[in-house]
Amino acid sequence: MTKQELEKVAANGLINRRHLLGLGLAGMGTAASTSLLGADAGLNLEIPGWSKQPGANASGYGSRSRFTDDMQRMSGNPNPLYPGGGASRSPLHQLQGSITPNSLHFERHHAGIPDIDPAQHKLVIHGLVRQPLVFNYEDLLRYPMVSKIYFLECSGNSGSLFGPNPADGSAQSLHGLVSGAEWTGIPLSTLLDEAGVDPEARWINAVGADAASMGRSIPLNRAMDDVMLALFQNGEPVRPGQGYPMRLFVPGCEGNISVKWLTQIKLTREPTHFRDETSKYTDTRLDRKSQQFTFPMGTKSVITAPSGQMKLERQGIYQVTGIAWSGRGSIRQVEVSADGGRTWADAMIDSHQSEKALARFRIPWQWSGGDAVLQSRATDSQGNVQPTRTSLVTEKGNISTYHFHGIQSWAVNTAGDVANVYA
Amino acid sequence: MFTLKKLLTASAVSASLSIGLSAAVQAQSLGTPINESQLQGFDLIAQPNGSGYPQGSGTAMQGKAIFERRCVACHGMTGEGTSANTRLVGGDMQSEERPIRTVGSYWPHASTLFDYVQRAMPADAPKSLTSDEVYQVIAYVLHLNGIIEDSLVLNKETLMQVEMPNKDGFIDSSQAL
Ligand code: HEC
Repeated sequence: MTKQELEKVAANGLINRRHLLGLGLAGMGTAASTSLLGADAGLNLEIPGWSKQPGANASGYGSRSRFTDDMQRMSGNPNPLYPGGGASRSPLHQLQGSITPNSLHFERHHAGIPDIDPAQHKLVIHGLVRQPLVFNYEDLLRYPMVSKIYFLECSGNSGSLFGPNPADGSAQSLHGLVSGAEWTGIPLSTLLDEAGVDPEARWINAVGADAASMGRSIPLNRAMDDVMLALFQNGEPVRPGQGYPMRLFVPGCEGNISVKWLTQIKLTREPTHFRDETSKYTDTRLDRKSQQFTFPMGTKSVITAPSGQMKLERQGIYQVTGIAWSGRGSIRQVEVSADGGRTWADAMIDSHQSEKALARFRIPWQWSGGDAVLQSRATDSQGNVQPTRTSLVTEKGNISTYHFHGIQSWAVNTAGDVANVYA
Repeated sequence: MFTLKKLLTASAVSASLSIGLSAAVQAQSLGTPINESQLQGFDLIAQPNGSGYPQGSGTAMQGKAIFERRCVACHGMTGEGTSANTRLVGGDMQSEERPIRTVGSYWPHASTLFDYVQRAMPADAPKSLTSDEVYQVIAYVLHLNGIIEDSLVLNKETLMQVEMPNKDGFIDSSQAL
């Protein structure tokens, strides 16, 4: 395959996504750089040492290669004035596919991670029900379950992009409060039906067993829909940082309402107006009115590579890749621009994407050493299109910094440095 | 976590499920009945309509001492905060600059103060205050914000009547799901 055969689909080097399929490594190499052509005289392959001695034994619990230990979540230092409070961000720039390994799934805690013995944990459903009930863990494991792949995003994710100046950040530090996993659990409607919902009930009030007893109110109509009591994440029991032994999971919605360490569901006529649905997780508009219960996460995408704080070492073909998601459906289209949004080309989306889940996209891009601004723009199955940062900030202002879902711009300069910019 | 015996029970359940799914789903009811009275020490939910408040009472005058002992390390002597997140006093939603949002300027309901302090504060020892102490210390926070007199006896009745400055500042967007 020659350079001429690579079909350019938008300005500044974007190549038809179809070449991702046809282009083997040799093809990529050919197009990427002539210096990769021909044999390197200094390269003599030999059998490596690890092929000459038996390796480690099978183990009861696996761990990753020690050569990948640098792949870490990013979290702040403990703060004695906010005991257990804080977040850890997924290394989006190092991950592939659309499932986040459990050890690298983002976390946000308001009062630390409780060490819960499942044998002592209770889930109570009460309030406006025919019969208040208490469930224990072992019994819950016997209920019929469903497994679904969903994204989870903190509503504060990407919040710094509301700020007046672009922060020097990476895909991880700016956008790492989103992850994807397969969640397995009991449809909440099964348990609410067992307790018998009183026709007067309009809200469920969910409370966790952490030290902050995190509470959120959720409309009953939503709670009876696709909400689940999640017990497993990517096949294993949800981890303590994700709510062990059980959490609520509200697909497509701001992460905070998927209350972790779930211990209480009270059905009521009115919402409780918990602190984390009044003081926090509310969106003050430019007219100074504040929207409450703004649950769904917007249609959004971010290029994870090349991305902020990376360096392109040489000219040639790069696979631009990233993730896209929407709280209101599945991802129908992701377009990529290399010239700051003037021209766009369709990226390839992996076919197994589903509703309210991360979709992985890819497109080949030829960097010829010049300035470029890489952007991605998602469209969901409802026709919602990811807005530019400017239009989002113009519409919402920046009094509140939740629900940022504008287009991210990564500038590449002639030295190959990639940086967060507003474009 | 699982004993082998329980695993077998579980797979027996799923085997029967694959045969008659809907019937099996309906048959599944493993919750244990409980009475609301058994949940009194467990249910901390306090709503604006007055439901969920314990007995007890207190004034801001009484709350000052608790605040100075249990809260100032993180919230400052007069609630000015030690970070943006811990400021409890001041601000104005109609200010020309970006408004500072606190209990006083932003919160629509006084009930939230009771509900939150009772469940989550002080952050280094949550749920360590008695109900009287919660009434007292939140009376003091409301007083620092100029919302109530320092002699007002806060209890389940009077708390419901406290009007917050930004009570009309919110729009319910829950049905935009
Ligand atoms: C160890 C530090 C610490 C102590 C002591 C403490 N707090 Fe807090 N408080 C915090 C932190 C941190 C937050 C924010 C928590 C979060 O955002 O999840 C907070 C939040 C609050 C809020 C909500 C503020 C808002 O605008 O959302 C109130 C009200 C509050 N505290 C009251 C109190 C009272 C009353 C006391 C004393 C009885 C107290 N706190 C003691 C650290 C503390």
